[in-house]
Amino acid sequence: MGKLFAAIVVVVTLVSTAVFLSHAWWMPADISVLGVGIDRQMTETMISSGVLFVISQLVLAAFVWRYSERGDGRPIRIFPGGAAPMVVGATLLVGAEIAVLSLVGSKVWGGIFLSRPDPHALQVDVQAEQFAFYFRYPGRDGRFGTAHPELVDDASENFFGLDPANDTTARDDIVSASLVIPVNRPVLLSLHAKDVGHSFYVPALRIQQDFVPGLVIPIHFTATKITKQEIVCTQLCGLGHYNMRAFMEVMPEKQFEQWLEEQAPQ
Amino acid sequence: MPDMSAAPAVPSGESARRAAHAPRGFLRKQVFSLDHKVIGKQYLDLALAAVVTGMVLSWLMRFHLGFPDTAIPGLEKLAPNAAAGGIMTPELYLSLMTMHGTLMVFFVLTTAPFAGFGNFVLPLQIGAEDMAFPRFNMMSFWVTFVAFLVLIAAFFVPQGPPLSGWTAYAPLSAIGKDAGPGQGTGQTLWVISIALFCVGQLLGSLNFIATTLDLRTRGMTFSRLPFSTWAWFITAVMALIAFSVLLPACVLLLLDRVAGTSFFIPAGLVASDRLQPHAGGSPLLWQHLFWFFGHPEVYIAILPGFGIISQILPVFARKPLLGPRVFVACLIAIAFLSYTVWGHHMFLSGMNPVSATLFSVPTLIITIPATIVTLLWIGTVYGARLRFTTAALFCLGFISVFVTGGISGFFLAQPSIDTYLHGTYFVVGHFHFVMGVAAMFGIFAGAYFWFPKMYGRMLDERLGKLHFVLTLIGVYCIFMPMHWLGLAGNVRRYSAFTDEYMQGSLPLHRFITIAALFTGAAQLIFFFNLIWSRWRGSPAPANPWQATTLEWSVSSPPPPDNFGRAGAPPVSHGPDEYGVAGPGGDYVMQAAPPQPATA
Amino acid sequence: MARKFVFSLPILVLAGAATIGLAHPAKHAGTISGHVTFTGTPPKMKPIDMAKEPSCAKQHSTPLLNESVVTGPNNALGNVVIYVSAGDQGGAAATQPVRYDQKGCEYIPHVAVMDVGQPLEIYNNDQTSHNIHPLAKVNPEWNKSQPPGAPPIKTAYAKPEFIAVKCNVHPWMHGYFAVLKTPHHAVSGQDGSYTLEGLPPGKYTLTAWHERFGTQTQDVTVGEKAATADFVMKATPY
Repeated sequence: MGKLFAAIVVVVTLVSTAVFLSHAWWMPADISVLGVGIDRQMTETMISSGVLFVISQLVLAAFVWRYSERGDGRPIRIFPGGAAPMVVGATLLVGAEIAVLSLVGSKVWGGIFLSRPDPHALQVDVQAEQFAFYFRYPGRDGRFGTAHPELVDDASENFFGLDPANDTTARDDIVSASLVIPVNRPVLLSLHAKDVGHSFYVPALRIQQDFVPGLVIPIHFTATKITKQEIVCTQLCGLGHYNMRAFMEVMPEKQFEQWLEEQAPQ
Repeated sequence: MPDMSAAPAVPSGESARRAAHAPRGFLRKQVFSLDHKVIGKQYLDLALAAVVTGMVLSWLMRFHLGFPDTAIPGLEKLAPNAAAGGIMTPELYLSLMTMHGTLMVFFVLTTAPFAGFGNFVLPLQIGAEDMAFPRFNMMSFWVTFVAFLVLIAAFFVPQGPPLSGWTAYAPLSAIGKDAGPGQGTGQTLWVISIALFCVGQLLGSLNFIATTLDLRTRGMTFSRLPFSTWAWFITAVMALIAFSVLLPACVLLLLDRVAGTSFFIPAGLVASDRLQPHAGGSPLLWQHLFWFFGHPEVYIAILPGFGIISQILPVFARKPLLGPRVFVACLIAIAFLSYTVWGHHMFLSGMNPVSATLFSVPTLIITIPATIVTLLWIGTVYGARLRFTTAALFCLGFISVFVTGGISGFFLAQPSIDTYLHGTYFVVGHFHFVMGVAAMFGIFAGAYFWFPKMYGRMLDERLGKLHFVLTLIGVYCIFMPMHWLGLAGNVRRYSAFTDEYMQGSLPLHRFITIAALFTGAAQLIFFFNLIWSRWRGSPAPANPWQATTLEWSVSSPPPPDNFGRAGAPPVSHGPDEYGVAGPGGDYVMQAAPPQPATA
Repeated sequence: MARKFVFSLPILVLAGAATIGLAHPAKHAGTISGHVTFTGTPPKMKPIDMAKEPSCAKQHSTPLLNESVVTGPNNALGNVVIYVSAGDQGGAAATQPVRYDQKGCEYIPHVAVMDVGQPLEIYNNDQTSHNIHPLAKVNPEWNKSQPPGAPPIKTAYAKPEFIAVKCNVHPWMHGYFAVLKTPHHAVSGQDGSYTLEGLPPGKYTLTAWHERFGTQTQDVTVGEKAATADFVMKATPY
């Protein structure tokens, strides 16, 4: 039985490692300026964890294979040095890895979540609701109209609760079901939720951010490729959670300006 | 460790009183019993009912995910409103998922390894006659049982169980039925059930702590305490603190739902086209309260497993655990650190991003004691003389799956990587490996090891080994692929995968479903073994495993007062003196007279 | 000569009367018809972006416009429910089921009118799950998911009410159920026209209801000739 156990562990370890290395299921190509840092962190962690994973499983399998009771009267053996090598080894090796990953990782994290957005970033107001995302651009006047929750009326597509009758800044706001942005230009999203918690996730951008009811949360990024990507919700929000998505279209600057013109209310 | 050998065993008057008032009749002996051994078995039976229910729910969920267009026979009868034509609706999927998580985390993983085995074994292992507060003990079980019934009742209300997950984030869980199906009565029943569960656990934890501190037999110093008892003791301290936070959190959530308060609900929310009449609350407050409980909770689920493995592995390695003091120190370090890391569930929640770094550091540091204990186990296997009983196999399997689960946690502990992996199947793979597999292997090891002591009969070893092999292969087939799904950005808690970029994951989901159904079927072998052996298993001797701790020095099952009128013998040996010459062979019982052991 | 002419005159008059009678047969009595139009500026209806549901989006070669205000040539206003609110001698509730379709992520018809107690059947013809949620305040409120291939929902409403209907999964999907006591009702088409039939002669009050522009009433007498009643609603741009 011990040998069977050891064999299973070895097979499982080698097959799993092979699949990881093959990248058969892997992150999509990165399309953001700050994604490079995340990918580097992921690779470094994958390598160090992978080595640790393979070694510990294979050593466990080897020991189990070797040290079964065979009725040969062989005495038990204590691991050389006792527990001390375990403590020292774990503390030094794991400690060093943690230190490196934390130092580098906190810079990556800070770059995304603690850095100031570009003052000329394109600002988009994002609302998450059961079960769609809506995006609002400030329009020609460059100002967002005020949103009034009591005026929200999905039936007439007034998702944001704007009051164009009385609020002139709201009249030229562009509301879109897709996030359309220009390539290579910083974008600043302001996230708010209409009803319950939601989340914004674009795997290729490598960013994710929860929408928290009652808060307006900023997240900024710069997309580096012309592409169309799915934005999906990753915070359980009700029965339609699986179907809550929007598309992000990254397009050349000129095409984006044209799109804004077309969307502007006549 | 301070020598507390002066602590007396149960006062002698107590013993006589118990004998005079011994319970009579079926109800007093088997149902409303004060005997910790009966209560432990009751907890285990409750966990068994919960795990069977939870597992069936997972089959239904996995079947729907693997084969979304196939009608499930019989589902329409079970859920006529939510599965017309046998096709699972999205809300039914989410409510099954909520109940699955709730049943497994609370009623299986907090109950079986801790309240179940702990109640039966701890007093025996320390040489006590019973728990310190037998009435509290009985109450704790029955409160937990009522909590279970209240939870199950959610299946039978018109709109069904809640769909907000076992984490019940506000405002989805707080605003009531406008949030979706099941969010009315179903969610209220859930909150009440969990609040009751907290009460049961608090009563139980008080008992474990008082018993371990006060009722150890003479000579049972802390340095001679068996590792499983250490783990139960530390877990009880953790549970006392953690459940003390969850209970008021549930009360606040209940008030938001029924009394119009707004602890967790801000102003201006519009759900079901209605402006919600609340203002001033914070959804993040719920997350902080929940995860302040929730993270220690997952260590409450695994720590008894650490203790059980460290208890059982030496028995079948025929050598002592490597580094016993280091092991205990690591348990304490993990328990302490577990209270400092809760924010790693909330990196992207909208809390101050600086706190992400603050929470990430202790989360990574916990890796160090976790690595040390794993190395201690592997170091114990080195030079051993392994006996491959089923219990031993599950111990060895535990080491393998804990390594896997722990390593995937290493990714999630870093905020920069969690930015990508949060909310994906990578997380699902991680927590299932540590909780759904490792903690379960701890329960299996404990079951195969202590069943003879509990029921006086042996579980069938051939069925046990078959169960082990199929389960070990099965769990790797189910949960390892989930890491690949997560790397591909496959989002969790989805009832269907309709996004374009997830279509490449569908074959892997079908593979996981088939593996899950096969592995589930393999568990039937275990259930059959449990039931058949209770009545038809071969009779068990007092010490079938040649183990040293006190429970093995009494009959199988033990007499009602555990050690007889005289109480437990004084102890002068450690809990894992194996590989030394002794009267029975290569071991010396803890209860043996104080002769120096000859190597 | 004059006597012949005098004799033929009554015959001519009688023939003429008979002809007129044939040209306007008795069945036209008992009908009210008319047009609904608007004054003022209605809001511009925006095209609905169904990008989040590609299987529906591709069913609309030109994007569907929001249907809360449907207008036609000559300021015609569609989707107005016109019904007898007083003077009705009643009649048996229709037993023919009213069919409500979810197709291309649109509710068809946008406004479904039905009698109290009349069967209502809701079909999902799309490749996606819908969760129809009629926001009833007087009748019981419920919502129900229909995955693709699910059987139709069969239900009925016991009390008269105008019920807003939304889809819990697709925020742009909105419609109405108009549950009415009277069996005499109609919905104006995009050209604004409507006809109520089968009305015995008498005095009636008609109510016209529009989901954004409110209600108006008008008294109409049905006699031997077909009656007409036009409604003019005040439109506002926001």
